[in-house]
Amino acid sequence: MALSELKIGRSAVVEGLLLPDEIQHHLMHMGFMPETLVRAVRRAPAGDPTVYAIDGMEVALRRETAQWISVRESEEGSR
Amino acid sequence: MSDCCTTATVEVASTPRIAGKIQTVALIGPPNSGKSTLFNRLTGLRQKVANYPGVTVEQHYGKLSGIDRGDLTLIDLPGIYSLSTHSEDARVAVDVLHGKMPGAPAPDAVLLVLDSLHLQRQLMLAAPILSLGLPTLVLLNMSDLMETRGGEVDTLALAQELGVPVAKISAARGTGLDAIKHFLDKKSEPAAAKPRLELPVVGNPRSYRQWATGISTRTKYKAPISSSWTRKLDSILLGRVTGPLLFLIVVFGVFQIVFSVGLPVSNAFQTLLNNAGTQVGLLLGHGWLESLLIDGIWKGVSAVLVFLPQILLLFLFVGILEDSGYLARAALIADRVMRHIGLNGKAFIPLLSAYACAVPAIMSTRTIENKRDRFATILVTPFMTCSARLPIYMLMIAAFIPNKKLLGDFFGLQAAVMLSLYVLGFLAALATARLLKSSILKASSAPFILELPQYRVPTLRSLGLRLIDRGTVFVRQAGTVILCVTLVLWVLSHIPFHADLPGSIIGHIGQWIEPVIKPLGFNWKIGIGLLSSVIAREVIVGTLGTLYGADPATQSLNLQTALRHDLTLGGAMALVVFFAFAMQCTSTLAIVRRETNSWRWPALQFTYMTVLAYVAAFATNVLVSRFF
Repeated sequence: MALSELKIGRSAVVEGLLLPDEIQHHLMHMGFMPETLVRAVRRAPAGDPTVYAIDGMEVALRRETAQWISVRESEEGSR
Repeated sequence: MSDCCTTATVEVASTPRIAGKIQTVALIGPPNSGKSTLFNRLTGLRQKVANYPGVTVEQHYGKLSGIDRGDLTLIDLPGIYSLSTHSEDARVAVDVLHGKMPGAPAPDAVLLVLDSLHLQRQLMLAAPILSLGLPTLVLLNMSDLMETRGGEVDTLALAQELGVPVAKISAARGTGLDAIKHFLDKKSEPAAAKPRLELPVVGNPRSYRQWATGISTRTKYKAPISSSWTRKLDSILLGRVTGPLLFLIVVFGVFQIVFSVGLPVSNAFQTLLNNAGTQVGLLLGHGWLESLLIDGIWKGVSAVLVFLPQILLLFLFVGILEDSGYLARAALIADRVMRHIGLNGKAFIPLLSAYACAVPAIMSTRTIENKRDRFATILVTPFMTCSARLPIYMLMIAAFIPNKKLLGDFFGLQAAVMLSLYVLGFLAALATARLLKSSILKASSAPFILELPQYRVPTLRSLGLRLIDRGTVFVRQAGTVILCVTLVLWVLSHIPFHADLPGSIIGHIGQWIEPVIKPLGFNWKIGIGLLSSVIAREVIVGTLGTLYGADPATQSLNLQTALRHDLTLGGAMALVVFFAFAMQCTSTLAIVRRETNSWRWPALQFTYMTVLAYVAAFATNVLVSRFF
């Protein structure tokens, strides 16, 4: 599934990124690396962007970016 | 404020390089890892620090006098995630590091500053930095926070893994700085042969990542528990209802405080300054000297100086916003609106910091990766109500708007008018950005990727230093630029000798331009004020102080009363609306020229804003005169 579909409070494991190299590298340096656990923390008051917790940091992404990050849902870290 | 934003840079003497000796040291690290805080500690300088990624956007130099090594130069650089970054600020860092920046000495040692709260990820930057082959000291910043939150790392093992010394420090508290001194003292001697290091393939984030993960496991890095109150605070401040609501309450509150606290203080200050002027005037006796010093210069300079309390209150507020970490949240809330305009939510950060001053705000657009987005943001930033507009707003509102209560004691009519002027500027910025993004600066918007820093309680020291610095700049401006302008005005208003004010040179100039500004409800004195405020916005208040002080008819009145006798409500409101839109700031024009590397953009900006200001002021005068 796409990261943008992850429900708030749920966790998932990053599988891959389907974005232009430049953006992909930037995201990887911020922690969006395959096999990393990511959690959807909350949405902005307007419903988008969404704040994701990854690697001890909180990073906000728009739906249009998060939909190109593929993840598989994981029970670990979900609540 | 014309020179409110020049940064103090230290001249770097071009001493001949001696092989193996350290002369220049660079501070490098990921964004928001505390490099500038450390820079200020080590050099005793005061570069801007705040709690959001991307505060530093260009290199700064200083002497390492904070640790008794004044012979060495320290360079502070913008934060980077890797050496292959694309935004303007990151390019600066990489160029300086490679010695490719014209005029900047190539560093011959590196202090790599990593945020120890997120060490595992931040270690990724160590790989490309270490492969530069320069003597490096790795500094684990905020180690005090890491330890109190239960994090740990074996620094000896880490030093062995990296092949370079590692030290725990806290730049905010100033602990662990001895290690830096020790490192530099030792490395200033000719370098010994360095052990070979196994580094990952250059440029590949995946291999950097594996490398960093491996190291953090082997050095038993245990990440600290992230503070739970950042999350709790965010659930309120980013809440669907509470978020926007609290934002509004804070904004209303600030404007009310500027009036209910700032204005009385400012009035008391004015009485004090006036009395001082009168006392000195009595000593001087009647004559041209008294007229020059008291009616000319003192009335002009003190008219501006009285707004110091309000300016300080505003800077206190902006300081709390920036230091607490809220600014990044504001960008997040605003992203939805910014997207409709065609801009990125990140552009909101420069726009908000422009409430203090447009010059550093325009510099901070360097963090926006997309060039067209960046230019659009630069062009609209001067519409944001900077602190230099505060004096004229406060003066006209206090003089013309009755102090009626709107929402009980919480919100008054004066504060409401002030708030509408801020909103007006903001809307003009948004509408103009929309216009630019759908015409000459059309481009697909860059993705929004924003790190949210943890909340921090702003330290009194940091807020205090900001207030002292900005206060000093404001007072210095009053003592230099405004003093000169009022001096020139006084002289021009007394030539030819024995002529009355309308008969003087300044009167003639004023009457010559009066036909142009008459439709706006302005008289010729306001016209002179507008001309002089092209230098900087707050100059108009000084000019009006001097002109009304030089006019025998209004000499004995205070400035507010004099204005009330001389202007209609329509003209007064037209004047503040003119200031909301007009581009009267030579420093901003200069910085736009520098950042866009062409005169075309500042010229376009100046013309557009002036025309808009004229039309809007005309409309205001007509409407207010008809309905009030």
